[in-house]
Amino acid sequence: MPERKIRVMVAKPGLDGHDRGARILARCFRDAGFEVVYTGCHQTPEQIAAAAVQEDVDLVGLSCLSGAHRMLFPRVVELLREKDADDITVIGGGIIPEQDFSLLYDSGIKAIFTPGASLDSIVEWIKTNVRPH
Amino acid sequence: MDSIIKKICAGDVRSASRLIRDIEDKIPEARTKIKKLYTHTGKSFIIGITGAPGAGKSTLTDALITKLRKNNKTIGVLAVDPTSPFTGGAILGDRIRMQSHADDPGVFVRSLATRGALGGLSQAAGDAIHIMEAMGKDIIIVETVGIGQQEIDIINHAHSVLVVLVPGMGDEVQTMKAGLMEIADIFVINKANRAGAKQLQMELTSMLNLSSKTTDGWNPPVVMVGDAFKPETFTEDIANLSRKIEEHHVYLRQSGKLTERMHRKAMAEIKDALHTCLLEPVIKSLTAKGELEKFAEKIKNRKADPYSVAEEITQRFLKKEIEK
Repeated sequence: MPERKIRVMVAKPGLDGHDRGARILARCFRDAGFEVVYTGCHQTPEQIAAAAVQEDVDLVGLSCLSGAHRMLFPRVVELLREKDADDITVIGGGIIPEQDFSLLYDSGIKAIFTPGASLDSIVEWIKTNVRPH
Repeated sequence: MDSIIKKICAGDVRSASRLIRDIEDKIPEARTKIKKLYTHTGKSFIIGITGAPGAGKSTLTDALITKLRKNNKTIGVLAVDPTSPFTGGAILGDRIRMQSHADDPGVFVRSLATRGALGGLSQAAGDAIHIMEAMGKDIIIVETVGIGQQEIDIINHAHSVLVVLVPGMGDEVQTMKAGLMEIADIFVINKANRAGAKQLQMELTSMLNLSSKTTDGWNPPVVMVGDAFKPETFTEDIANLSRKIEEHHVYLRQSGKLTERMHRKAMAEIKDALHTCLLEPVIKSLTAKGELEKFAEKIKNRKADPYSVAEEITQRFLKKEIEK
């Protein structure tokens, strides 16, 4: 069987223009050998879900520093489900208070990385948990 | 009909994108699916956009999508970005410029990484175009990786090729060079609000006046496109560019050149397929058995030369001593 390449998407939902973190992650995923689609800032959940399906990614990494993650992250998961694409893993990161973790996990977010998480730990998580289809 | 083929022909994005993925990953069953799809292809108009990194290819693509959507055309976009020669990873960032179309069901944007291909596209680009054609897209825009002077595979895939230039990239001699400067059906001088645009336009025009292309009925126009952040003038520039593309399409159909280009495309497709069906399995088999390494060792120590090795491998292949 030929080797499958992992494809991921890094996206920033909502009104949040602080994309330094997202760019560093995109670069780090590139160096890990992934193909990384970067959508840029100010994305609606609808744009993110549609792009994820068009790009056939294995994983969507959402970055949010504005505090709107409780609304935006679950909406992306929901839209993917509606598109029959719930096999796409969604993870999130940014300024996310611990008390919000359970709400996000319950909504279908598979992992959350907050400030201080090492780049290696995120790459490792993806390599362990994501199997390219 | 295979259900996935049926879905793709009905325009299903998920099935289409997944098949493109399988082609990229060289899954053998994907080839079988392309065989079945093939009769449904060949009806879209394919526009190639090529030029140096940062010349504005993605921004132009985005603006053309907006323009073409106003005429209700359905659009497929393939956007190619480079693969790292060291890690195999890639940043696919062309989409950023086109995200305003992400949730428009009439637009399907798929990014491709070059995965080692050197002609400005990826090996999967040809079949990805076929898949978008089978989906029934009226127009397919293929944006190459940022290129230099010589990466011109796009001419084997597109009906109309746009070469995007920006001012300030060199003197007049650059416009005389072979390769890229010969393949344009339309030249775009992008960021034409910047210094040097008029100069470049003059150099291009005088180069084109010497060109033999003028005798076959089509003079590649030089289209100026200004500041993308000034909507009033930019929209007008894009409308002008879009008109030139349409004119070229009409010219291709009326002059019979379209058939000529389709023939060239078919020739290239055969060569690509031969590469995939003949050469790749041989290299794969020899690599798997460690033979290629041994040959390399011999060549390195000057115990053999590459031509003799290649001839020996060819002989063995013809005698079917190398299994696929």
